[in-house]
Order: sequence, then structure tokens, then C-alpha cells
Amino acid sequence: MSTFATGFLKQARVMTADLRHRKIIRTALTNYEIVRDKRKGAFQSWESARSAAAETKWEAVNHLDKYLVEFVSKLEARGTKLHWASTGAQASEIILEIVREKNARSVIKSKSMTSEEVHLNDALEKAGLEVVESDLGEFIMQLRDEPPYHIVFPSMHLTRGEIKELFERELGDAPSDSPEELTMVARRALRKKYLTADIGFTGANFAIAETGMISITENEGNARLTAALPKTMVSLLGIEKVLPRLEDLALFLPMLATAGTGQALTCYNTMYGGPRQPGECDGPEEFHVILLDNRRTELLADAEQRDALHCIRCGACLNACPIFRNIGGHTYATTYSGPIGSVITPHLRGLQDWKHLSAASSLCGGCTEVCPVKIDLHHHLLHNRRNAAKEKPALIERSLYLIFGFVANRPALWSLGKKLGRLSQPLHNLVKGSALDPARSWTQTRDLPPLAQESFKDWWKKRNR
Amino acid sequence: MKNEETVLSEREKILARVREALSVPAHVPGAHGLAPLAASAQSSAAGVRQWLPKVGNSFAEQLGLFQKNATELKTDFQLFDSAEEMRQALVRLRDAEGWKRVACHSGDLTNAICPPLNLPMLRTDKAYDVHEMEACDAGISECDALVAQTGSVLVTSRSAGGRALSVLPPHHVVIARREQLVADLPAAFALVKTKYAPDFPSMISFITGPSRTGDIERILVLGAHGPKRLTILVF
Repeated sequence: MSTFATGFLKQARVMTADLRHRKIIRTALTNYEIVRDKRKGAFQSWESARSAAAETKWEAVNHLDKYLVEFVSKLEARGTKLHWASTGAQASEIILEIVREKNARSVIKSKSMTSEEVHLNDALEKAGLEVVESDLGEFIMQLRDEPPYHIVFPSMHLTRGEIKELFERELGDAPSDSPEELTMVARRALRKKYLTADIGFTGANFAIAETGMISITENEGNARLTAALPKTMVSLLGIEKVLPRLEDLALFLPMLATAGTGQALTCYNTMYGGPRQPGECDGPEEFHVILLDNRRTELLADAEQRDALHCIRCGACLNACPIFRNIGGHTYATTYSGPIGSVITPHLRGLQDWKHLSAASSLCGGCTEVCPVKIDLHHHLLHNRRNAAKEKPALIERSLYLIFGFVANRPALWSLGKKLGRLSQPLHNLVKGSALDPARSWTQTRDLPPLAQESFKDWWKKRNR
Repeated sequence: MKNEETVLSEREKILARVREALSVPAHVPGAHGLAPLAASAQSSAAGVRQWLPKVGNSFAEQLGLFQKNATELKTDFQLFDSAEEMRQALVRLRDAEGWKRVACHSGDLTNAICPPLNLPMLRTDKAYDVHEMEACDAGISECDALVAQTGSVLVTSRSAGGRALSVLPPHHVVIARREQLVADLPAAFALVKTKYAPDFPSMISFITGPSRTGDIERILVLGAHGPKRLTILVF
């Protein structure tokens, strides 16, 4: 078992027993489900919209080379500087070079999971820069020195009381625990940072090939300010973010909002097509866009799981997942958690180290059902399991199945086994759940159903006599 | 900066990997194992319209829908019969909130509506000082369109006084004409294209209600970083 798997099991055991955590998450997600379902209901056909979104993303991802070239040439034509990064380290290095060239001392960031993926904050802080997360949830997590708990709701596992204590300790400013007042504390603290930051950093939700624009979805206005005030703007995005046409956003923006937060449309949906253009009064003088591969092309090469690159990072599959709800976001120890994280992390970081995530699933299919772009998530978990076993067969599992196959193919042995099982099950109660119990991993928290005293076969024989 | 060659080569390396990966075709969504489809006609704007939330055909229905959405979003939406009424409403807003200074851009509508405010005004027609804008009590702008389907205001860096005017001051006031109302998102994107293509403004933004967050216990708070209030005045 990989050290990641051991750590995962250990942390999962702690979190599943944490009833307080479970209650917080359940309350938050129940409220989310109510508003999301209301919004889905407002669509004339949510299911047709899902199919159209899946087809549009299929078109984009399966012609990625063509659309990337189109996206890049349109952006460059209007003065944007394009960079390509094969790895996370290269992406950080490109940003550090921009920082050095600009003599920058501070960076204001709007929410970006891709920057979490490449550990950008670490790299910038090591180089002596002040880095400030401006999304409220990310700001809270930065103060706690923790990665985001959820890709859309970074601080959903915290109570207002905990956030009040945090602000008191770190900012010396927390008049009460009302969400309203706490939000205003963050607003005041971050306003100053906007006005002085040298570089504004953002992620992107979509890249429009046809017009050469990135599209950013947010509620707080922090990305709008990040893209308006600092003199240099830098945006980092995965190569899979591409959409073919501008009008595709008419479908994707409301779908992202509905699936992500249960809104009809998120508060600010903004397209940026370059730095300040002639005749414009503000905006950055320089706009840099960095396209990141970081093993996305390996996922692309797996035709079976290629649709995992359709993901628009709405978080709907995390919210639906019974595993996520019980073990929580941090237990995954990955940038992307929940079902989509379990599917793609083995591709991004190595199958053998991260295959355990694909086993941590009830295969209920809830994720696949809620995915707005119809990624076949729960089947991909099975694909990962199959690929992992094919690449490195698990010997114990394999020999157990060999024995099972041998016995099951021999009726006499099978019926002997049944009899032995019925006779020995009462004895099992003596060791149940203890270290001597061979079924311990099951029985320490669950009951083993009793074997029937009469098998169906015996009953059938008797009945027909 | 890196020299031109390494930049190019990284680009070529990534594109080569993409092309290599795509040499194996993927199955069509929802139809395992079938041959790949060509680009779908369903994804066009016309197709999308029939699945998005319904919008009525008549102007009255669309205006009613915009009004309903605005109320839900906590946008203050006010409708007037004349420009004069709108001027008076703006003066009432000034008095109610005690505005000392506002930010604004020049345009046919703003020039017609703003003068009675009689306040010191930061103009964003050319470069301005952000600290001065930060001190303004309100930002007044025009817009490109109002979207009935979502209750959104469509602004661009060219039509609405730049990038910051609509997000930096604590109160964003939009002044618009009835004719600027469009039915839905596909119509709004079509308008952006006909109005600007290929020379698009560097920023195009759909503003849907005042700035908000739910990051503390998923409880709605207005005015996270952007304006706490959004007022839309229409005549």
C-alpha cells in the first residue's frame, strides 16, 4: 500500500467518526441541494442542456490542438503575452520571471484551483513576495495555512465562531461572529491590498477560441478588481479549458452557476480579451496568459477517460458524493477531491500511488448523474481499478479469486464449503471484530449477516420432492 | 524573459503531445463505442435557447421577468416614464445616501442624466487615480444591455467607463433605456458580436446583482468586494 493510501485510510477513519464535521457538511449541502434543484427546474430541459454541454466540450477537447492555436493567435493579435508550461514548476517559473521583470513585491490573487495544483503560493512566497488570496473562502484558508477544503466552497467546513477566532488572532479585527461583519473585516483588509498590489493573478473557467478571451466566473467581485487595478495581470489555465465559440457561454455560464452554487447566474461573469486597449481608461498594461499541461495530455491520450477533461470544476460531484460528505475534502490530500479528483489524480500524479481513491467509492453513480457535462465518473473509477490491477496485479486478491473460482466450479466442494460455513459461523462470534478475526476490516464497524440455515438449492430440492 | 526559442519549443512540445493523444478517437458522449460525431448543430445558440429558462416573447413579459429577477437578486430596479423622472430619482439617491463625490463616464445617457446631481465628479474618460475612485460614494455607468432571463446587466470596458467603475465604489448605479432590454443570454452574446466584432473591448462582464459571498456558513452577505448596492434606473 502506498504511503498516500495509508494516510488516506488513517484520516478517513478519524473523519467518519467526527459527527460535528458531518453535521456541518450535511447542513451546508442540504441547503445547496434545495436551491440547485429549484434552478435546474427553471431550465426548460436540464437534461438536453447537459447533452449539449457534453457535446460542446467533446468537440473542444477532441480538437484541442486546433482550438488552442486559434485561442492563442486571437489573444496574441491583441497584445496578450502567451506562455506554455509543460509542468507546474515551469508555470511557477514563468510567473517568477514576470515578477522579476516587473520588480514586483506583491501579488493579489483571485480564486484558482490550477494555482493550487502547481503550488504557486509557495513558489512566490519563497521568492520573497507578499501573496494575498482575495476570495473570502480562500483568504480564510490562507490565514489558516491550509489548502481549500472544497474546489468551490473553500471554507465550508468552518463555523462562524472558528472564523471569528481566526480573524481575531490573525488580523486583530473581529467585532462579532456575524457573517456580515466578518465579511466586512475581510473587505477592509483586502481593499488596501488591491490598491497597492503590483500583479493581479487569476485563474479562468473557460477559454474562448473563436474570440481569444478567457472567462472568469465569481460572486464577490474580487476577480473583477484583480483584473482592473494592478498594472500587470497574469492568468493561469489548464489547456482543457477551451470552448469553441463565444455563444457557447450562453449555455455554460448558467449551467456552471446552477450546478456549482445553485444560482441562475453567478454574480460576475467576465470575459477578458487582452490588456488595456487603445482608448480604454484603465486595466492592466500587460496581460500574460499561461497555458498549463501538467500531464493533462496523458489523460487526453486515454481515449476511454478523455471525457474527464470536459470537467468545468463546478464541484457538483463532490456535493453528491457520500464518500466526500463523510471523509471531507482534506482527507483526499489532493488538489481536486471528490469523484473527479479520484478519477484524474491517478493520471496527474501516478496510478499506483493514488489508485486507492478509486476504491473509496460506493459506485452509486450519484456523481455521474449530477455532472453537468456528463462525465462518466463512476465508470472511470472502475477503469482506474482495472488499469491499476492490470499494471500491478494484487497477489493476495488474485489468489483469493483463483481459490474462489476453483471452489465455485466444483459443486461438491461448494456445498461442503457452505456446510462448513454454517457450522463455523457461531464460532466467529467469539473472535468477531478482534485481531484474530479474518473479516476484521468489515466486522469492526459492521455486522456480518448470518448465513441461511437452508440454501436455496436445498429448499428447491425439498419443494420438488 | 525566456528567449523566443524555448517559448516556441514548449508550445510545440505541448501541441505535439496533444496531437499524438488525439490520434486515438474517443467515444461520443452518452454512446459508448460508437464512431465520433461531427460538431453538433445542437450546440448553436438557436438550439440552446429552447433548453435555457423560459422567457416570454412580448416586451411586457420580458420587462416583468427582469423586474422579478432583480428583486430576487436584491438589485434595486426602478422604471420611469421620462428622462426627467430619472434625473429626479438620481438626486433622491444622492440625498438618501449623502453622496459627496461620484465617479462617472461620459456618454449620451450619463451626460443627459447626471448634471443635476451637482457633485464633484471623477471622470473615467481617460486615465484616472484609483485612490480617488476608491473614495467615491457611487459609480454611475451606462450599459450595453439588460438581460431579462437572468436579471443581468451587460457592461464592457468601452461602454461603461472602464473596468473598475462598476466594481470599486460601494454603490453601482446603471442608467439604461427600455430598448436595451434583451430576452436571454444567446441574444446578449449575439449583441456583443454584432456591436463589437472583431474589435472587442478588453473586458465584457455580465453583472447579476450586487457583489455577494456565501463563504461563511453558506449565509448570503452582500458587498463582499464589489458594490454592496446595485441600482438600475430605466426609462
